[in-house]
Amino acid sequence: MSINPTTQLDTTVATDLAAVRKAISSTARPPRASALSAALTFGWRGMLKVKHVPEQLLDVTITPVMFTLMFTYLFGGAIAGSTAEYLDYILPGILVMSVLFTTVYSGVALNTDLTKGVVDRFRSLPIWRPSPLLGSLLGDSVRYVIAGTVIIVLGVALGYRPGAGVVGAVLALGLVVIFSFGLSWVFTTLGLLLRSPSAVMNAGFMGIFPLTFLSNVFVDPTTLPSVLESFVEVNPISILSTASRGLMEGNADGTDIAIVLAVAAGLTAVFAPLTTRLYRKG
Amino acid sequence: MSPSSLAIEATGLVKTFGDTRAVDGVDLAVRRGSVYGVLGPNGAGKTTTIRMLATLIQPDAGSAQVLGHDIVTESDAVRGKVSLTGQLASVDEDLTGRENLILLGRLLGLRRAAAKERAAELLDAFGLTEAAGKLVKHYSGGMRRRLDISASIVVTPELMFLDEPTTGLDPRSRNQVWEIIRALVAGGTTILLCTQYLEEADQLADGIAVIDHGKVIAEGTPAQLKASVGSGALHVRLLDPQQRGTAERLLERELGSVILEPDPAALSVSCSDPDRAALAVAELSRSGVRIADFSLGQPSLDEVFLALTGHPAEEGPTGDGSGQDLPTQRETSIEKEQAS
Repeated sequence: MSINPTTQLDTTVATDLAAVRKAISSTARPPRASALSAALTFGWRGMLKVKHVPEQLLDVTITPVMFTLMFTYLFGGAIAGSTAEYLDYILPGILVMSVLFTTVYSGVALNTDLTKGVVDRFRSLPIWRPSPLLGSLLGDSVRYVIAGTVIIVLGVALGYRPGAGVVGAVLALGLVVIFSFGLSWVFTTLGLLLRSPSAVMNAGFMGIFPLTFLSNVFVDPTTLPSVLESFVEVNPISILSTASRGLMEGNADGTDIAIVLAVAAGLTAVFAPLTTRLYRKG
Repeated sequence: MSPSSLAIEATGLVKTFGDTRAVDGVDLAVRRGSVYGVLGPNGAGKTTTIRMLATLIQPDAGSAQVLGHDIVTESDAVRGKVSLTGQLASVDEDLTGRENLILLGRLLGLRRAAAKERAAELLDAFGLTEAAGKLVKHYSGGMRRRLDISASIVVTPELMFLDEPTTGLDPRSRNQVWEIIRALVAGGTTILLCTQYLEEADQLADGIAVIDHGKVIAEGTPAQLKASVGSGALHVRLLDPQQRGTAERLLERELGSVILEPDPAALSVSCSDPDRAALAVAELSRSGVRIADFSLGQPSLDEVFLALTGHPAEEGPTGDGSGQDLPTQRETSIEKEQAS
């Protein structure tokens, strides 16, 4: 008998009742999943979603690709004298931007999840309470790596050559992903506080957009008015892109890297418990 | 009844959302191994009650023991023994059926191979093997419900919460779900079943609590409950709504107090005797009232509510533009908001 699974199935469960009974009786409750195992399982769920809904990745990679092309070829000559020189300056910055933009989608995805019944099931399971959140951010981190890799590959295709080679690029990407992991807790908090996915998206970009532009991602801050310049100097996004440039070129400043890691740890320390609390309350 | 024989023992549960007391002092006593029906219209507080008992939200007042554990102070122990099938299908639409079951198996502590094996066994038992590799968002309502229930028994729970398991299903799928529920009970699982349908509670439940505006307004076996409203009802739908007044008078004379249904062409009357019902219908057509269809069936939830409370379960759009339905609807939307 062939059945089209997308239409109403006609398989009579009546004939399967023996199997249902057997399925019910055949389980002994296993020991509880460990915190790590539960978090990794939720990470696996995130991966499966990327596999089944690859469009989500498209959203977060197309914008940075457009920015790279636009800034390099439209403004590159005017800002840095030549497009090739500007690409050297901007590519690590674009890497930072593209991955940071992706973090907003972590909040959007969580908010979307909450509108679905499956969250009720997760919350009724005997598992370590933060594991769904930690797991999806671990899954998201893989998306950050993909988004970042796209930008680096695009840069290389356009002629960008990192001074520290592949190792430098990988280290820079690693640092950006760690920072993004910390930052994404801010957006998951937003995702639990705001009413709709689009509200999360708007609020998220309203914050991340100015912060990214008021950094040294696109221009050298010494050309800015002094008030703006002092803000840009202390903007963590500036410090992150300076550190990424340094790692790519092989002349990174240890203090910058330490600051970036400290900010990531600080954001996680404040917003991870906050997110967990909000998630638990439902 | 000794406490140990109770799966659920709730006293004075209260949950308030803003100004609305969604649950307003609910007491429940559910025997182990039984199916207990919580019957009520949308917004009556059923889902909120289930969410409190399943430890998803905390009560504002009152207390409850589930399988001997306090739902607030021992919520983790409760979660280790129960499973929840929510009103919205509690499965992940962006994953396949098989992936959903493996995911839950892993989260419940099964090793990878065991989780896969268990998923295959359940898919097979629930007639979902052919659809196992399809994304759940492409499933029909009945398939989704079966997956949902199978997800709840990846590890067999001692107590299962089922929130309106057949709402929106066609009769065939509904019957399948009923069969599955019966098999679960036969396997020893206690079930708390929320439903809007008296027939469903009648088919499955050993005991029923009728809930309205957050309060239990009646409790008993299905037989007791039905006896309180008469065991059956004659439903008549007319071709011409204009004739409803005439039909109402005639039926009232033949059979007694008539209920006007939300459909302006429909009315029903409590009646358990098929012969008298047939005579009443004959009387209608003799008097020139044209009938679209009629049936003799179980009393509807509306009738139960009318008998118990003096008001219908839910004010329908009766065309008089009265604002009476507003409180119910507001409560519903609040409850849904909280559920999301």
